[in-house]
Amino acid sequence: MDKQIKKVDIIFQMDEDCNLLDILDKALAQPADDIILDLIDSGLKGRGGAGFLTGLKWKFTKNEDSDVKYVICNADEGEPGTFKDREILDKVPEKVFIGMAICGYVVGAKEGYIYIRGEYNFLVKGLQKKLDNFNKHLKDRNLDFQIAIRSGSGAYVCGEESALFESMEGYRGEPRNKPPYPTVAGYNKKPTVINNVETLVYVTMISRLGVQKFKELGTKDSRGSKVFSVSGDTPIPGIYELELGMPLNQFVDEFADGDAKAVQVGGASGHCVPRKKFNDTIIGFEGIPTGGSMMIFNSTRSMYNVLHDYLEFFTEESCGQCTPCRVGCQQLLKGIEAVKRGEKPPSYLDDLKKLTTTMRIAAKCGLGQSVGNPFNSIVDNFREEIIY
Amino acid sequence: MSKYLVNLKINNIPVSVEEGTTILEAASRINFRIPTLCDHPDLNVAGNCRVCVVEVKGAKLLAAACATPVSEGMEVFTNSEKVRTSRKHIIELLLSEHNSDCTKCFKNGNCELQTLSSEYRIGDHVFLDLVKPKDKIQDISSPSIVKDDSKCIRCQRCVRTCTDLQAVSALAVINKGDQQKISTFLGKPLNEVVCTNCGQCVNRCPTGALTERSYIDEVWDAIYDPNKFVVVETAPAIRVALAEDLGFDPGLRVTGKLVSALKKIGFSKVLDTDFAADLTIIEEGTELLTRLKRALVDNDENIALPLMTSCSPAWIKFQEHIFPDLLNNLSSCKSPQQMFGALSKTYYADKINIKAQDMVVVSIMPCTAKKFEANRPEMRDSGYQDVDYILTTRELAMMIRQAGIDFEKLEDEKYDSILGESTGAAVIFGATGGVMEAALRTAYEIVTGNEVPFTNLNITPVRGMEGVREATIKIKNVKPEWSFLEGVDLNVAVAHGLANAKILMEKVQSGEANYHFIEVMGCPGGCLGGGGQPIPTSLEIRKKRAEAIYAEDEGMPLRKSHDNPEVVRLYKEFLGEANSHKAHDLLHTHYKPRKRY
Repeated sequence: MDKQIKKVDIIFQMDEDCNLLDILDKALAQPADDIILDLIDSGLKGRGGAGFLTGLKWKFTKNEDSDVKYVICNADEGEPGTFKDREILDKVPEKVFIGMAICGYVVGAKEGYIYIRGEYNFLVKGLQKKLDNFNKHLKDRNLDFQIAIRSGSGAYVCGEESALFESMEGYRGEPRNKPPYPTVAGYNKKPTVINNVETLVYVTMISRLGVQKFKELGTKDSRGSKVFSVSGDTPIPGIYELELGMPLNQFVDEFADGDAKAVQVGGASGHCVPRKKFNDTIIGFEGIPTGGSMMIFNSTRSMYNVLHDYLEFFTEESCGQCTPCRVGCQQLLKGIEAVKRGEKPPSYLDDLKKLTTTMRIAAKCGLGQSVGNPFNSIVDNFREEIIY
Repeated sequence: MSKYLVNLKINNIPVSVEEGTTILEAASRINFRIPTLCDHPDLNVAGNCRVCVVEVKGAKLLAAACATPVSEGMEVFTNSEKVRTSRKHIIELLLSEHNSDCTKCFKNGNCELQTLSSEYRIGDHVFLDLVKPKDKIQDISSPSIVKDDSKCIRCQRCVRTCTDLQAVSALAVINKGDQQKISTFLGKPLNEVVCTNCGQCVNRCPTGALTERSYIDEVWDAIYDPNKFVVVETAPAIRVALAEDLGFDPGLRVTGKLVSALKKIGFSKVLDTDFAADLTIIEEGTELLTRLKRALVDNDENIALPLMTSCSPAWIKFQEHIFPDLLNNLSSCKSPQQMFGALSKTYYADKINIKAQDMVVVSIMPCTAKKFEANRPEMRDSGYQDVDYILTTRELAMMIRQAGIDFEKLEDEKYDSILGESTGAAVIFGATGGVMEAALRTAYEIVTGNEVPFTNLNITPVRGMEGVREATIKIKNVKPEWSFLEGVDLNVAVAHGLANAKILMEKVQSGEANYHFIEVMGCPGGCLGGGGQPIPTSLEIRKKRAEAIYAEDEGMPLRKSHDNPEVVRLYKEFLGEANSHKAHDLLHTHYKPRKRY
């Protein structure tokens, strides 16, 4: 635990002497396969939270034999406590566009879409203006790739990639059965790369700074840095780009108000880490991965209320199609209420924990599969607060 | 391109199946049944209920067997500890949002959730009861279908049926999370929406969330009423399906036992809708020839062609909602059920000296939409509601059981006369293409004096389970009065299931198709696959019923509607000639457009 927390400035870096379009031109001059190799070498993993190797995703899509392919930027930033993509799209959207254009060039896609959550509609007007300009630059370069914006309508589940495709196709936003995966059959059932906003910016910045610079940051399993959304009981809430692989205790020292009793890492669907585990928790793919949300709770907070809020959220935001998620979320929510009221014995919490195992392995998508994360980590670490 | 074989192991047993096969299917090949609820052989894969989850070696997640294709070297376990625990949890979860008042449920004894719950011995519910009180209020607005949201397990079979098979989309998924439910447009009652009452959703609902509106008690009351003369008529498709609901395999013909059971139940007279089917052929065949003459000889531009059959009440309502501009193409003939009703309370009542108001006409139908049809204002030409109660095949099976009748041991009996005689042409009304075939057998002979030029009268091009079928019949050697039809190619088409009907109607609308006569049945397979038929249904089962129908036809002494002696007598004594004024008064009607929303 001797690694020091390191604030970095890659994403929002305003590099005066670098024309952003030069980054694109540099990439377009490289063979597509080299870009993929670079990306794989960089170890860049998806910044949405699931952490799939970006280079591999692109490679799979490139290898698909299809006239039509798509690049989609997932800007359906719906995880409670996450607000970094909004900032990125507001401040450095061109870096996102460039990442998408590089991807289009590499995998052989002609169309790119930014799927932006309904609540961010206020960003769309400005974004569209910049996009029109960027699309012109692409045309000037004879790159057969254009980007358009698609707006969601506010369903959390549409951040799940296959539900996002359904939504874009005009259907109910419900996750699909997998396989097939998006790289084979995504939007319009065509091979599709779908990347988080932040991932695409890192693609751009790896191209700009080189693989080595990126690899110098982070750890073996978690290369590079990441943008964190810090909220809750902190005097300095906001957006911070930090090196991956940091120990949680250092994060707490830096950001909390001195009275932190728990940090929820990874939003509502993430894990709750209690004070006693701050010292041996690493933020990264080898420890607790996160899409960026870091919610700090101090000793004035009821962890029952925290869990209750999360479960209410999932009960409402489950798409409702699969049994483990639709009914499971309701049972967890009503279950802790029943225990609180004394209508069910404390041991009922253990029955519910078993239920979360079923939800984790039998639900259709990541939503239902991950509800057990906050449930188990809060129930295990704050059992008294749940019962009494 | 032939598919290559994939080798895998299921419960340690090696199996080779074609690429693209699901785990579910592969397991069934080696006789491992994996339970399912949302999966249905007629529908697209959903993978919603998760009851079919299985363990795949090396995978972190369980796989939905219905939605996961096999892959080379896969090792699947269908009953591991993980699978069993999860599956039990899932059944318990489904039960926790399901109103388990099984003893009061219409589907008691034929409910897939109940069976599963029983198999897994789900005892006291582990989980909390989530049934919403407001969901317990049933929608009984429709005379055909009852919707009970408190029984719904959100498998979406009904939605897929209504949307994909029937192209009606009266039912859809609304809301998300705990508020997700199956709803009509704006939550309106079923009788106010585009629902065609076809009942295909009822046939596929695994629980009691969608059932037919039952009239069993009303029928028993009528039978017990000493002042009522209760006449029962049976549709063609009942005789080839009823046995399934009484414990027999699909495809068994039980016409004689059916009649015997109805007599034992206590109906005053047991008559045959098939009689009216033969009558329909005379009326509709004449209408077709008249329309052709007016269009081709008189060049009357007001004559709508192609003529379309009007036997299927779901199809009629579909047309009223979706293709109102084609309503004039519908034959003005009422359905056989309604022709039968109108004649029962006029001609027949006179014959047997019973006052029409003392007569109760019950029909046994493979159909839920017939319940709606009988209640239509157009269907009161006898001065009374022409047909009083309609029972589905399933309801009749219940009555037979209630009456304590040992169906297997029944001796065959014959339909009463009159209105009990029929031909093979009437029997095949029960299968898709049957009305077309029956009409051609008669119309061709009216025009040429010769039988249709098909071996043994079997017009095979219009048979089968293809969604839309087309045929062309050259008319040769016509009688002098039909000289305008000499050498004409008569183009006909057949569709079954409303999604197929829609394809056909769009072709007609665009002018792409040049048909003279179209048969449409609202349900897949025709009436034999009707919404009132025994559950379950599948293509395989429907094919068996169709085979039985055609076998019944081949075994009949008379196979052309115009040979039915009772029909001949009816014209002689009562109606005069086909499409006469009297026939129009009693046997024909017109339909009006309905709004889509």
